[in-house]
Amino acid sequence: MELSDHLFRREAGRMVATLTRIFGVCNLALAEDVVQDAFCRALEVWKFRGVPENPSAWLMATAKNRALDVLRRERTARIFAPELGRLLESEWTLAPVVEELFAANAIKDDQMRMMFSCCHPRLPEEAQVALILHILCGFSVDEIASAFVSSHAATEKRITRAKKVLAQSKKLFDIAASADFSARLPAVHVAVYLLFNEGYHGASAESAVRGELCLEAIRLAALLLEHPLAATRTTHALGALMCLNAARLPARVDASGNLNQLFDQDRSLWDRELAGKGLKLLDLAASGTELSEYHVEAAIASIHAAAPRVQDTDWNAIVSLYDTLMTIRPSPIVALNRAIAIGQREGPERGLEEIRAITNPDRLGKYPFYHAALGEFEFRRGSQPMARQHFQKALALARNPMERHFLHQRIAACEC
Amino acid sequence: MSEFLYLYRSADRGGSPEQLQQRMQKWMAWMKELGAKGHIKDQGQPLERAGKLVKGKQKTVTDGPFAEAKDVVGGYTLVEARDLEQAVELSKGCPIFEADEGTVEVRPVMKMNM
Repeated sequence: MELSDHLFRREAGRMVATLTRIFGVCNLALAEDVVQDAFCRALEVWKFRGVPENPSAWLMATAKNRALDVLRRERTARIFAPELGRLLESEWTLAPVVEELFAANAIKDDQMRMMFSCCHPRLPEEAQVALILHILCGFSVDEIASAFVSSHAATEKRITRAKKVLAQSKKLFDIAASADFSARLPAVHVAVYLLFNEGYHGASAESAVRGELCLEAIRLAALLLEHPLAATRTTHALGALMCLNAARLPARVDASGNLNQLFDQDRSLWDRELAGKGLKLLDLAASGTELSEYHVEAAIASIHAAAPRVQDTDWNAIVSLYDTLMTIRPSPIVALNRAIAIGQREGPERGLEEIRAITNPDRLGKYPFYHAALGEFEFRRGSQPMARQHFQKALALARNPMERHFLHQRIAACEC
Repeated sequence: MSEFLYLYRSADRGGSPEQLQQRMQKWMAWMKELGAKGHIKDQGQPLERAGKLVKGKQKTVTDGPFAEAKDVVGGYTLVEARDLEQAVELSKGCPIFEADEGTVEVRPVMKMNM
């Protein structure tokens, strides 16, 4: 029996979520210890006896037995989940209660509870994302640090602080309270969206890491979609946007690790299945009256997905979607993307005009693709020296070897 | 062919889920390779890290070894090899050496007919 990829990481999230439900959020560290213990036990046993028929069930059962040991040993010394009250105190109720908490449906709810708890309003967004990655996706501090191109020390500090806030919240988020649930849902959407974007546009040099972040975000969205309260139209739109964009990932980076712009991608490499899934989700998202930025972004991605060649792209539709996006969620980046779409539709001169017309472009100045876009349009209208200057500026801001390599190529093209 | 016992010792219980899974996959690949080449007599068993120690004429029972101790045997495998030299060579592929202070003790099994 072979282990499926990342099985341990996935199971880590499930086990921690359930154990935290049982032990109480104040005992998060204890839950993490029990999980580590279950993995070490698996490692010791499986290497001699082989992987069991159902490795997930084996791990869960091991975690459950450990949990029972811990509860029996420490129930007088520790305060466990206040939500479960006295049920854990008596030997009569202990085992059946724990059994019930380890049922498949309960585990799904536990992951949801944890996801909502991680999006605590007292935590900055980056900390929420790091916490979700750590607790629910089973990434270590080092793995998160490498994904976010941040130091081990800084990441550890951020996660330790975030865990403290979580542990002090006394109780896990109550997913049965529907008003609170709807109020917290947008924050959860943002965290999942940021996680996806970190994978898609992020600064990490390792393409493998980035793809995994995207898949984790899609997995979390799928979890939301399975929950009646969380499966809103907006959640569908978020899922759609991620599937449709992730479908292009296989063509975004080629075999030698080079970045390919949307315009130059080999579209036969796009993941049709994922795109199809995205389109289905977008249909479901559009069946109501809700209109979020995720709807619009998904719609933009769907137009790219529908074009077999770049020249078949419906730029009119894309420009008008960016117009909509500018009204519901204006940002310099959205404005830049809108300008690029206009340049595609009406030629490089117009593109440059629109980029220059962006109000308060200060923040954009630090974004390598702002300069790259200027360079691209200058290049297309034949002013290679100008283009070269812009690409140089972009190069100075590039965040990883892939981006640098891409910009070196563009600079070289200016000299032909 | 002679028989040899591998005794595995390591104190390394750390690592992220992803790293632990990779370590597991390396162990399985190594065992599989040994098996495919006909060197495995008995895959062996893992051993619990804690137990009891019974000692002396008084048969005093104490706790031990301790789970945290570095020299606890974590498991064993019975292998077949030409000679001690080959058994040692084969053991060098064991992923235990990637762990802190991981060791494989290679011990020839005494032959009965000598």
